[in-house]
Order: sequence, then C-alpha cells, then structure tokens
Amino acid sequence: MNYQLQINNITKSYGDLKANDDVSLNIKPSSIHALLGENGAGKSTLVKVIYGSLLPDRGEMKWLGKSYSPKNPFDAREQGIAMVFQHFSLFESLTVEENIVLGLDGVRLDENFTEKIIKYSKQYGLDINPHQVVGDLSVGARQRVEIIRCLMQNPKLLIMDEPTSVLTPQEVSDLFITLRKLADDGCSILYISHKLEEVRQICSVATILRGGKLVENCIPQEHTQQELAEMMIGKKLIQLARSNINSGEDIFSINNLSRKSDDMFGVDLKSISLSVMKGSIVGIAGVAGNGQDELMELLIGEITSPPDTLSFKGNDIGNLNSHQRRELSMFFIPEERLGHGAVPDMGLNENMLLSRPQKSEMTSYGVIDWQNVETLTQKVISDFDVQTFSTKMLAKSLSGGNLQKFMVGRELTQNPELLIVAQPTWGVDAGSANNIHQALIALADQGSAILIISQDLDEILSLCEQIHVLSEGSLSTAVDMTNKGLEKISQLMVGSED
Amino acid sequence: MIRLIPRVENSTAMILLSPLLALTLTAISAYLIFVSILVDIEVSSVFYTLFVEPLTDSYYLSELLVKAAPLMIIALGLSIGFRAGVWNIGAEGQYVIGGIAGSAVGLYFYDVEGFWIIPLMALAGILGGMFYAGIAAFLKTRYQVNEILVTLMLTYVAVLFLSAMLQGPLRNPSGFNFPESRLFHDSALMPIIWQGTRVHIGLIIAVLLSFVAWFGIKKHIFGMQIKISGSAPRAAKFAGFNDNKTVWYSLLISGGLAGLAGLFEAAGPAGQLTPGLPQFYGFTAIIVAFLARLHPIGVLFSSLLIALSYVGGENVQIDYDLPKSITQIFQGMLLFYFLACDILIKYKVVLFKTIR
Amino acid sequence: MNEGLLIDIIIGISIASVPLIFAAIGELVVERSGVLNLGVEGMMIVGALLGFVVQFHTGSPFLAVLAALLGGMAIASIFAFLTQFLLTNQVATGLALTLFGLGFSAFVGRGYTEETIQLITSVHIPILSDIPYVGPLLFSYNPLVYLAFFMVYLVWWFLFKTKQGLVLRAIGDNHDAAHAIGHKVIRYRVMAILFGGAMAGIGGAFLSLVQVPIWGEDMTAGRGWIALGLVVFSSWQPFRVIFGAILFGGITILQLHAQGFDIRISAQYLSMLPYLATIIILVSLRMRLKNKTNRTVPNCLGRIFHSTT
Repeated sequence: MNYQLQINNITKSYGDLKANDDVSLNIKPSSIHALLGENGAGKSTLVKVIYGSLLPDRGEMKWLGKSYSPKNPFDAREQGIAMVFQHFSLFESLTVEENIVLGLDGVRLDENFTEKIIKYSKQYGLDINPHQVVGDLSVGARQRVEIIRCLMQNPKLLIMDEPTSVLTPQEVSDLFITLRKLADDGCSILYISHKLEEVRQICSVATILRGGKLVENCIPQEHTQQELAEMMIGKKLIQLARSNINSGEDIFSINNLSRKSDDMFGVDLKSISLSVMKGSIVGIAGVAGNGQDELMELLIGEITSPPDTLSFKGNDIGNLNSHQRRELSMFFIPEERLGHGAVPDMGLNENMLLSRPQKSEMTSYGVIDWQNVETLTQKVISDFDVQTFSTKMLAKSLSGGNLQKFMVGRELTQNPELLIVAQPTWGVDAGSANNIHQALIALADQGSAILIISQDLDEILSLCEQIHVLSEGSLSTAVDMTNKGLEKISQLMVGSED
Repeated sequence: MIRLIPRVENSTAMILLSPLLALTLTAISAYLIFVSILVDIEVSSVFYTLFVEPLTDSYYLSELLVKAAPLMIIALGLSIGFRAGVWNIGAEGQYVIGGIAGSAVGLYFYDVEGFWIIPLMALAGILGGMFYAGIAAFLKTRYQVNEILVTLMLTYVAVLFLSAMLQGPLRNPSGFNFPESRLFHDSALMPIIWQGTRVHIGLIIAVLLSFVAWFGIKKHIFGMQIKISGSAPRAAKFAGFNDNKTVWYSLLISGGLAGLAGLFEAAGPAGQLTPGLPQFYGFTAIIVAFLARLHPIGVLFSSLLIALSYVGGENVQIDYDLPKSITQIFQGMLLFYFLACDILIKYKVVLFKTIR
Repeated sequence: MNEGLLIDIIIGISIASVPLIFAAIGELVVERSGVLNLGVEGMMIVGALLGFVVQFHTGSPFLAVLAALLGGMAIASIFAFLTQFLLTNQVATGLALTLFGLGFSAFVGRGYTEETIQLITSVHIPILSDIPYVGPLLFSYNPLVYLAFFMVYLVWWFLFKTKQGLVLRAIGDNHDAAHAIGHKVIRYRVMAILFGGAMAGIGGAFLSLVQVPIWGEDMTAGRGWIALGLVVFSSWQPFRVIFGAILFGGITILQLHAQGFDIRISAQYLSMLPYLATIIILVSLRMRLKNKTNRTVPNCLGRIFHSTT
C-alpha cells in the first residue's frame, strides 16, 4: 500500500511527561484523515513533529516513500507539507498579501504574486481581497487567508488544527467542499477536531490518541459520536440531565444595552435584551467575533453602562464594577484563562483573590487573611478535582482543563445566585468538560441562574433550556426549540455574511 | 546544548541565592577590569577600600547611613510603582521639586522657632513630589503618554528650575550672590540621632517606612492590586481594580516619597538648598529597587549595599585618584548580573544531550 | 533679521537634528522588531567618547566614526544577550545599559576633558556649494549629515521594500506567529538591536566630532531620551523621524538664539524648552489619535518572547 505519510514509533518527552509515546500513523493519498484525542493527548505534539517545529526523541517518518526528518517548518513546507494553525499565525497590522508571502519561502511580493493569490482564491472558492489589512477581517475570512497561504505551496498534505471551531454552519459546509476538492486533487488532509459529528461527516479514517499513546484506528462513520468520545477519554461519559427546571421568577435582565466599541476592530452592541429566571440556564450562541467579548466586559462590569441597562434582583446595576457586583452574589468566568480569569505568574492561592467579594472570609478591611485563603484554595482543589502539586503552583503551569476547573470552582464556592460564564469548556479535555457541565447543572438545580455564552453549539444545546443567538452585535429573542430549532439557530448565526 | 525550562513554582532557594551569585560575579568582573586597567595599583587594596574600609570606621559608617536613607525612601516608592508596571524613571526630578518645596517653607519661616516646622516642611516636600509625579499620572491616564518619557523630561526641567530658584527667589540675600539659599535655622534642620555625625531621624523613618510598605504589599489587598495590575492588566479589571487608580497611586506614592527624601537631604546633611541637591539618588534608587527584587525588606539591604559602594567609591577616589564613575560602572554591572541571574528563579537551566 | 542669520539658523537646526536622526532611526528599527531599548542615551555617550578619543589619537575621522559605531554595537550586544537569551526585563536592562554607558564613558574619558580635537570638515562640492544661499544650505555639510538622511531612506527601503523588512515588521506584530511559521525571531531582533547601537554610536560621535570639539561627561544631555520620544512621535514611520528631529533641533537652536533676540527669560527657562516640547508634542499626538485605536504601535513592543521548541 502506498502511503503518503508514514509515521513510525515517534516518541517525544518534555521532562517527565511523555507527550508522544511510541506513536505510529499512516496517511493514504487523497484521504481526509482525522486525528482525535482530548487536550493533552498528544495531538499538537505529533503534528508539530510532522511539521518540523519539534524534533522527536525517537522514531522515524517516511514521506512519499522516502525518509523524512524536517529540522524546521521550512523543510516541511519545501517537501509539500502545509499547516493551518488553530490560533492563526497572522499579522494583524499587515495586508492579506503580505501575510501570505510571509508564510511562503523564496517568493517576493509583486503583481504576479497578487494575481496568483486571486487565482487560487477563485479556484478553491475562498473569497478574499489581497489588499485588505488582516486586522479588519472577520474570523472566517482570516481562516481563508491561512488556507490560501498553505495552498499556494501546492502541498500534498494539509494539516488542519481545529478548523471549524470559529466558523458558522454555512462556512463549515463551504470549507468541506473545498477540502473534498483538495483531496480529490491529490492533497491529503490531516484533520484535528473535537467536533465529532463533523469528523463523521468528512473524514474517511480516524486515529485516536490518549495519554500520548495510540489507542485506536477506526472508520468514523461506523461509530456513533458517543462511542468516539468514549474511545477518546477511555471511559463512559456521564449523561447530563436536569432534575429541577426554573422557578419562573426573573432574577436578571439585560435591558436595551447598546455600546459603541472603542476598538477599531471591535463590534458595536445594538440594543441587547434578555432575561434569566432563577434556576434556569440560558445560552447565547454565536461564532466568535460577533460581540461576545464586548458583551462579557459589560456583564462583568469591567466596562460600566447606564444603571438601568442591567438589573439584578430588582436593582439597577449597570454602573457597578465587578467587585460590587460580586457583593450582590453575581459571579463570572471569562473566556480567556491566562491573563484575564487568572494571573499566569501567580499561584493558585493568590489567584483566589481575584474574585473575592467584599464580605468574604478572605479579607477584612482590606487586610488579607492568608490562612483562610489557603483553606479555601485547598477546598476548591479537592472539590473540583484540580490536578496540581500545591496551592502555590503557578497558574500558567496548570493544564487548560485544570485551570478551568479551578476557575469554575473558585466562583462556585462563593455560591453565586447568578453565574455568567463564557466558553466554559473551551480547550478543556472531554473528561474535565463533563465535570464542569455537571457542576453547572448542579448549580442550576439548586436554584441559581446561569447565563452561558458559547461558540460550542453542542454545549449550548445540551445545557440550556433557553437559547438566544448573538450576531453582529444584535441578540435574537429566545429561539423556539420545539420546531426546527437548530435550523433557526443556524440562520440567525449567519445573519449577513462578510 | 543549554536550555531554559520554565519552573512550575518560583524557586525559593534561588530567590536568596541569585542575588549572591550576581554579587559574586560582579566582584569577579570588577576585579578583572581593575587588574587590567589599574596597572600599578594593588587591586585587592582597592577592593578593601571600596567594600571593607567603610565598615571599619564609625565616620564612614555614619556616612553610609546618611546615603542609605534617601535611597531607601525613594526605592520603596519606586518598587511599588514598578510592581504595577508603572515606570517612574524621573524620581530624581520629584526629589528635587520636593526639596525645593520643603526648603521654601523652611525659609519662609526663617525667623520663627517651633517643633512643627520640620513636619510642615516634610509635608510640603511630600506634596511637592506628589504634584510633580502627578503630572505624569495625569498625562498617562488621560492621554496614554508614556510615563518614562514624561518623568524623565520633567527631571531635566526640575534641575533647571532649581537653578532658577537659587538664582532668584530663594537666593540668600546676604550671601554674596552665590546661588544658594540661606542656611536653615535650627527649627528647620533634621534632628540628629547619632551625635557627632550627619545621621538624622530620616533614617529611622526610612526603616519604618520599609516595614509599612512590606505590610501594605504582603498583607493588604492593595499589594495584590499592584501586583496584578503589573502582571495582568485584564485580570486586574476582572478583579474590580481600577486601572487608572493604580497608575495614580503608584506615581503619587513614589513621587511623594521621592519628594520627602529631597526635603530630608536639604534639611539634613546639606542644611540649606544648593545646586548640589541632585545627587542621582533618584536614579540610583532604581538600581536599589531592582536589586531588592522590588521587595520592601530587600530594599533595606540593597540600599545599604549601594550606599556602601558610594562611600567606598569616594574613598577610592581620594586615595587612588580614580574617578567617581567607577562606582557607576560597578552599579551598572551589578544590575546587569542581577537581571541575568534573576532568570534562575523562574527557569531551570538544563543541559541537553541531543539524542538522534 | 538678515538672510545671513536666517541661513545660519537653518543650518544650525539641520546640524542639531542629526544626532537625533541617527539615534531615533536606529531605535525605530529596534522597536519595529518588538524590542524597547531604553539604553539609547548610554550608547550615544559611549559613541561620543570613542569618537573623540580615536580622533584625538589618530586624527582620522573615518576611524573615529568607525570606533563609535563599533562601540555602540558592543554595548548594545550586552543588551541583546540579556534580553533575547536570558529573557530579562527590557525596561530594567535598558536602564542598566544607560547607567553603565554613562559610567563607562565618564571613566574612560576622565583624561580627555581638557583636550580638543580637529572637527570633521564640511564637504565642498565644486559649483554646487558656491551657489548663493542654496549652496551653504544644502551642499556644504559634512558627510555625516548626508549619511543621516541617507540612513533614513535606507531604513524605509529596508522595512517596506524588502522581504526581510517585512519579516521584521511581522515579528514586531506577532512574534509567536512569526516563530510558528519558522522565522528566526531572536536572530532578527539581535540584528536590529546591534543596528540600533551602531546608529546611536554614530549619533553620539556626531556630537563630539562635529557639534562641539570637546568631551564632557554629560554631553548628550538627554538627547538619547528625546530620540526615544521621537520614535513614538514618528509613529514608527522612518521619514517622520526627520520631521520630528528638525522640530526638536529647531527648538534647541531657537532657544540658543533667543538671548540674541533680547528676550527676557532667564537662561534656565529657555533651556527647559526642548524637554517640555517633547512632552507637549507627545500629548498632542495622543490627542489627535484619541478616537482611533493606535494601529501603528508594534504589537509586541516590550513583550518577552519565549520560544517553545
């Protein structure tokens, strides 16, 4: 069998951690091959080894039948392997064509080059304008720039890392058309994703990693989503079920909240209205870049608004800062962990202080009771299964999943009457995500209200009984889920295309 | 191949060891430089004069304390700001303005006696420094103008202003036209605590301040506010800390303390306002703050160390006819090594053998 | 006021702006790559010293300028090593560099404070230099002045017309992305820092070799800091550096001539003008930008780059 890429017994360690443990993998020509696994399973490491960003400790690779050991990404690209990163490697202050030429080797920027870009974009249905500044582009458009940058190298293997996590359903279909065309033209695709339904749609074969080891090669269509997920985490998932739905009493509402963005690249919010009842979980769906960040800043209180735009327990709170809101028992979990929800260079115990309300056991008249902080930190660590060496471990040293569990725990130990959370399980391994979902449901069952902002439709659908869609700064009314709810949501998400 | 691997926790061992390592490396480098430049001088005796001699003689020891006090006071203020990422580089200017303001009050009451005069002068000094630093705070919060440039430019302005004041309104009317103020009267002089030397009460205040600062930073939420603002501004907002307030606090505190140090200097060792008021304490305090790793108690020790290098440097100047700039070179090198060794706290140095 | 005086003033302004142009254009490249080097003052004074000393001993302007260039690069390399390989805080390291540079130059220069040297002579281009008015104004400067303006053009061409310049700008925009693609972030930054050191060195040498033929400990008088302000003022665009430098040079010269115009402000207040002007201009720049996000700042300026291979 002629394999395009053969990987044999790759091992790579970071200190004591074996990121890849004797992994082997074979990719056939013209195939779309999925690479599955939780965060921390070793997918990124393996892919970096293939792309030349990392040198493996042991093992070897064969590309197109010949021995292959790239020393850096230049080597990989030269041989015909290209990669679209999850976090785009784009330069916001530069134009599309400047961005593209930076990713290619041995090419200069001139009119011929610009024409070439346009040719490729037409050929693969990827609509972009070479002279636009990347900072002005939508997320979908940026991804198209990344993809064209790769395609212009005429690759024989295209590695895609979580390509659809930032796309609307329509954009996803368009992308799949492009990918199928590419595969037919002879370019294989290594597709990393945690969107199992999509994987089942487009990938012909899947390799599953767990804990650095290869655990399974299978054909996605032959399994259900549930089965694939369980192969990824190695144990059965706990089914989510609400035992106690809302009590009908409004506890929080957003009233005609509008705001012009300060940032040139930001989104203006237009007259947002929404209400949340006690004991209910409300979700705001929508792809990134439609105003979620701006809305979250206003909800947390990092930016204030006219008092009556936000009301909680009958009080107008729009002009209160986050600290004051916490005193009323409103708590928040922002999307970005390091740098926003937690300080990277501080220990977990110090990070507890980020969300202390005035009347807490942690401080009195401003003086910190470190003993108490220590106890509370310990409690969060044990109650929420945070894997850490000590309470002083630096936030940046924790894995994404563990840090997220810590942040969720930090807010939940305050017994919030209202919890507002953005992207609760982004970048979190499936096991921890499940824990977090369980915790949120338990909180709502106790009578607290929860507002979730998430790009993960699956998450919203499984947790929320009331769903709105945020598109270009406007919030829809609650979507009637009883009749073709999913279609309605997709349409709302698209709004007007870029 | 040597690689730096980030540590999971800051290494407490290294927090103590790395300054010592830096000190050792500086001593070795200084030794090598001196040996090559100073051909006919016994280098080890230069070292002795520089580092040991001041400690053996009570006069030199007192001078060491005289120099340590202003360094300590200014560095305490700076370390708070630096933790917050607010870089007050112009403490020298605030020191001068504070000295002018405080001296002006003392001179105004030159024919009045009273125990309240010195505290009033100190207050004027603090307010003067705060006002001057406040300009930078205003420009930064309102217009996002970088405080490094503003405070620095204002330092040059302050020194020129001092000269203008001493040739004009504050000049001693019966002083033969020298650009100096009157000698301060008894009520306007800092009380001496070590008889026969120039060591005044400012030293005690400095030490007290370092404990107050230590408490504020470690035990009070204000310390967390400073630390978080400097480390992760978005997280500071999340916690409810107001960004602008942090900038104002940082600059007002460091400016006020610098101004206080300026007044202490004028009313203490100098006893009058002269063009010699600016002695680069404001700049040297930056080194003191960094050497202390921005820790208040560390400032206590590093200011003593730097003061030692000043006094020793002066003696070397006299005994061996070497310029004052030797001290500056030494201090610059110490800072370089210190910054270099600092990474040992955050990173582990590992030797990799490439296996392939 | 006669034309002769006006021409003298314009020539004076051009000359006063040259050290600033050199220092600022060098730092501009450094900041475009994402690094903030506050050691400009230290590098300039070292350049001033080395230029003076070498000229004194050899009488060769060429060697003097070369020494200044190399000296600036040498101490810039300390900064490069610490910030790029040992990942030290850029602000602190830059300050240490300035302090060290000031001390080092004062120390080495202690024996030269009484000496004077031969200034670098101006060019004399046949015919062109003899045109009345225009001749002295444009064609009779010493070579370093022309070099300064040429360097600005060269930097502009490099940054905006070459691929390496594009890579450098990209590194300043997003060093993680640049690294992921495979560009050598540290290598570019080190080169930029060394270039900045060379330029600051030449700028300093201009002071001691052209403007005033003596050596003094505080020769640079804060010009290095003003150069840093100039970089911000120019919004990191090369040609605007010239505009800004002339503005500041102008203020310095006008302040010197003000006494000649019988203006009754005591010398100290006039001397404050360049420093106050720096602040005022920075503020007015911000006021203009108040409603727009500042897109021109290199995004990674001052941030430490951790390579994760």
